[in-house]
Amino acid sequence: MHAITYETPKSLDEAVKLMAAHGEKARALSGGTDLLIQLRAGTRRPEYVVNIKNIPELTRISFSLQHGLKLGAAVPCIEIHENGDMRKYYPGLTEAAHLIGSLQIQSRASVGGNLCNGSPAADATPALIALGAQARVVGPKGERMVPVESFCLAPGRTVLQPGELLVEFHIPAPERRASDAYLRFIPRNEMDIAVVGVGAALTLDMSDDRVVAARIALGAVGPTPILAAEAAKSLIGKPLDAAAIDNAARLAIAASSPIDDMRGTAEFRRHVVGVLTRRTLAKAAERARE
Amino acid sequence: MASDQSPEFKVIGTRPVRPDGVDKVTGRAKYGADYTLPGMLHGKVLRSPHAHARIRSIDVARALRLPGVKAIVTGADFPEVKGVMAQVGELIVNTHYLSLNVMARDKALYDGHAVAAGAATSKHIAEEALELIEVDYEALPPVMTAEEAMRPDAPVLLEELRTRLMAHRTDPGALEGPDRASNVPGHIRFERGDLDAGFRAADYVVEREFTTATVHQGYIEPQNALAVYDADEHLTIYCSTQGSFNVRTLTASVLAMSEGKIRVVPAEIGGGFGGKTTVYLEPVAALLAKKSGRPVKMVMTRAEVLRATGPTSGIKAKVKIGARRDGKITAAEVWLAYEAGAFPGSPFAPGAMCTLAPYIIENLRIDSYDVVVNRPKVAAYRAPGSPASAFACECVLDELAEKCRLDPIEFRMRNAAHEGAPQPAGPAFKKIGFAETLAAIRDSDHYRTPLNGPFRGRGVASGFWFNGGLQSSAIVNIHGDGSVSVVTGSVDIGGTRAAQAMIVAETLGIAVDEVRPVVADTDAIGHTDVTGGSRTALATGMAVYEASRDARDQLIGRAAKIWDKKPDEVVFEQGVFRPVDGSAPSLNLRQLAGRLARTGGPVVGRATVNAGAVGAVGNAFATVCIDVEVDPDTAKVRILRCTIAQDVGRALHPAYVEGQLQGAVAQGVGWALNEEYFYDQKGTLRNFGLLDYRMPTCLDLPMIETIMVEVPNPNHPLGVRGVGEVGIVPPMAAVASAIYRAVGVRMAELPMSAPRLLKAIIENRVTTFDAQATAAK
Repeated sequence: MHAITYETPKSLDEAVKLMAAHGEKARALSGGTDLLIQLRAGTRRPEYVVNIKNIPELTRISFSLQHGLKLGAAVPCIEIHENGDMRKYYPGLTEAAHLIGSLQIQSRASVGGNLCNGSPAADATPALIALGAQARVVGPKGERMVPVESFCLAPGRTVLQPGELLVEFHIPAPERRASDAYLRFIPRNEMDIAVVGVGAALTLDMSDDRVVAARIALGAVGPTPILAAEAAKSLIGKPLDAAAIDNAARLAIAASSPIDDMRGTAEFRRHVVGVLTRRTLAKAAERARE
Repeated sequence: MASDQSPEFKVIGTRPVRPDGVDKVTGRAKYGADYTLPGMLHGKVLRSPHAHARIRSIDVARALRLPGVKAIVTGADFPEVKGVMAQVGELIVNTHYLSLNVMARDKALYDGHAVAAGAATSKHIAEEALELIEVDYEALPPVMTAEEAMRPDAPVLLEELRTRLMAHRTDPGALEGPDRASNVPGHIRFERGDLDAGFRAADYVVEREFTTATVHQGYIEPQNALAVYDADEHLTIYCSTQGSFNVRTLTASVLAMSEGKIRVVPAEIGGGFGGKTTVYLEPVAALLAKKSGRPVKMVMTRAEVLRATGPTSGIKAKVKIGARRDGKITAAEVWLAYEAGAFPGSPFAPGAMCTLAPYIIENLRIDSYDVVVNRPKVAAYRAPGSPASAFACECVLDELAEKCRLDPIEFRMRNAAHEGAPQPAGPAFKKIGFAETLAAIRDSDHYRTPLNGPFRGRGVASGFWFNGGLQSSAIVNIHGDGSVSVVTGSVDIGGTRAAQAMIVAETLGIAVDEVRPVVADTDAIGHTDVTGGSRTALATGMAVYEASRDARDQLIGRAAKIWDKKPDEVVFEQGVFRPVDGSAPSLNLRQLAGRLARTGGPVVGRATVNAGAVGAVGNAFATVCIDVEVDPDTAKVRILRCTIAQDVGRALHPAYVEGQLQGAVAQGVGWALNEEYFYDQKGTLRNFGLLDYRMPTCLDLPMIETIMVEVPNPNHPLGVRGVGEVGIVPPMAAVASAIYRAVGVRMAELPMSAPRLLKAIIENRVTTFDAQATAAK
């Protein structure tokens, strides 16, 4: 591990200035549950580490039924789980955040860090994509909104330019008869990393229970998290019966592009995408009907 | 069944809190990485990124120029060590290859093989220094599995190796086949009866092939060493090890030093399971300390532990077993190939000696091969060799039991070895409790409770392990206030301090908390072999028992002196010394201890034993029953219930014996479901962390139920058998059998991870469908 300069800005302005001043040499530190490991292993070698946990915009959850959710990029996962609105209106995202590591890890790790790390296996990312989350990015040239499904470019690489900082997520207000779910396959029961992750969000018609809106996202089955748009589209206007779910599962499999690696074969992952798509849709629908 | 307290004992069989426990759970106990010395440097090892490569040159000039770097060593700094097969405790060590494993010379033989090391004023500078060392490698094709390595055209790892048939594993043996370089340095065969006649007599014959994975012990504390030279050239090493005397002998041989110049101070140990019975860092730290003139401390990272320390062998096995309709096994033919890693010395011999040992089989042939591959050199791991070969044979036995329409326990009962039965390697068993473990499972609440529900299954399997004997020393000091300290050289892993204190308390009639157990360094106690081979409670316990009796006899002599009697006119009962004739008031230990100064000075009891030589080694058997549930869509296996019955001889401290049984089963479940080394095409280890080297966590296991069967070891004064290892032998086959009953597929490869199992389930569905379709036509 090499020498680093550690900065703790207290405001967004200050943080953006630091990030801009050091460009590629700087890396934002949220919970550090990925970054510290990468520093030790030498796989990332920033000269400046900028702690963003003291910046108000990055560390708050603000929710209203009218305006939806603003989730600070550095909010620890445990706070998401402990937030009643999050549990009630975004249970899928909440359960995804609650699956990341142990309680100790969740006390540090954040959904923003999970995304910026750029891992295709990040648990929170498919849940964010399913909810249609937008990432608010601030940098030296101003700010922009990036749909989460477009945020990751390759394993470990994102759209963030040198000097840019992910500030928060904007997530639409929950519709009535809408909900979400996230399920993953891990070889153990806890303390593990997704071999396949599937997030789904559904809105059902008030009267006839047909699908009004749907989004399905896949994790760990391609170089980036994947929005399975065709699979979701196939459900629109249909009752969520076994045939519709099976069809969506088939299309989700088609949207995936897994590889063989130490965590599982491509063949296994494709099969499990189907299994988890079916289970996730059923779970989201059950919640929407409650 | 174990009673918590046998009427003949007051202390043995109770469950006092271990004397080392509070310090360990409050963080005060001093582990290897906790030691520091003034002026200490930090050492790090540069490791080969190639699985197989010739080292053309190493240039350390740039590294040496980095400020803060005080010494660099490479293979050129190590003395040439002749190949001597040394019996070091339970290990047979070829000192030449040990030296090459500690530091590569002309060839790097696995990803992670040490090629150089540096010491600097901080760990970070040492790491930077390694990046400045330039190694010129010529990459060679890696050979990753036993099957590949045994092919005639396979690249050769070590030019000097020849295939030799060994009559016994310590015997260099006769050359087998042409005098040609080979990756198969060892072949052992056990044979008896008439194999062909045996198979002809069988009503059913099952023949299968199996593969098991390279698996690591997974001790939580990485290897570490702190080395310091005195002004008079004496070397002291502080380290975490299962055997400080082993470290002394092995370090002396690698550095061509005399043992008398080395003192090894064992730290508290954060797990070993066999993996800490050899040396990696100790000789390197010593050389760096010598070169720099400063103390040098080295601590491995988890990645180094997984890449470069010894796991246990993956194997390839071919098993053919025949049985009559009534369940009697008529013949067995077993072929085993053990991956040794980069240098000879896999547990291929014990693997052959243990598999099928629980059964009486008249017609038998077992061949086993030691095969070098480009993986780290294996080290001991809980019952070395036995779990892998038992997996193969127990799976076949389960299939035969099914063909015979016999309950798997009844099938095993009909073939069970007993006192006087011959082992595969020849010698007859002494008193053993295998059938008792089968009966204990058969009669258990677990086995008698039906398992209901879809995709659920129950499996049973058994296992055998020799247990170790070896040498131990003990000293029992009687202090002036009547308290006692017991000094041994046995590092405490599984609660052996507690066991020793209990033996002393029992023998001297005092409370267990009046006994202070001490683990001494190699200068302060007589030779003591490793804490391993399930031998410490047995053999060191025996030395402690004898030393306590020695102290007791001396105390009787002192009491006799006080009363002007002969020793045989004094009795010691219920913790009290008294003259037989009642001519004086009795004395307890405290009272007598206060009078030692005036009766001749301190009393020190001493004893040394070689438990193997006196035949005290008591063999161990275990039978395990496991219930699983399989998710039919993802093939994820959940362990629902798990019970182990093991012959423990006599449980000195039942809670710690139960802990050994549970820990062994937990590791076995890890082998069964997820643990494996994953190498890529180039022979690079991909899963060098505990996220992707998946051991079970407490959330993956139910409470493991234990049944301690007590068939006392007749050759041990307290009836003790080793208990630490055999429990890891049966779980893999038990899980395989449970999976078969849950989803109808027989798995022949470890681990039975979800991707493998799902593939088998889907193929089985297709096959079944095809069969039905064919039948319909």
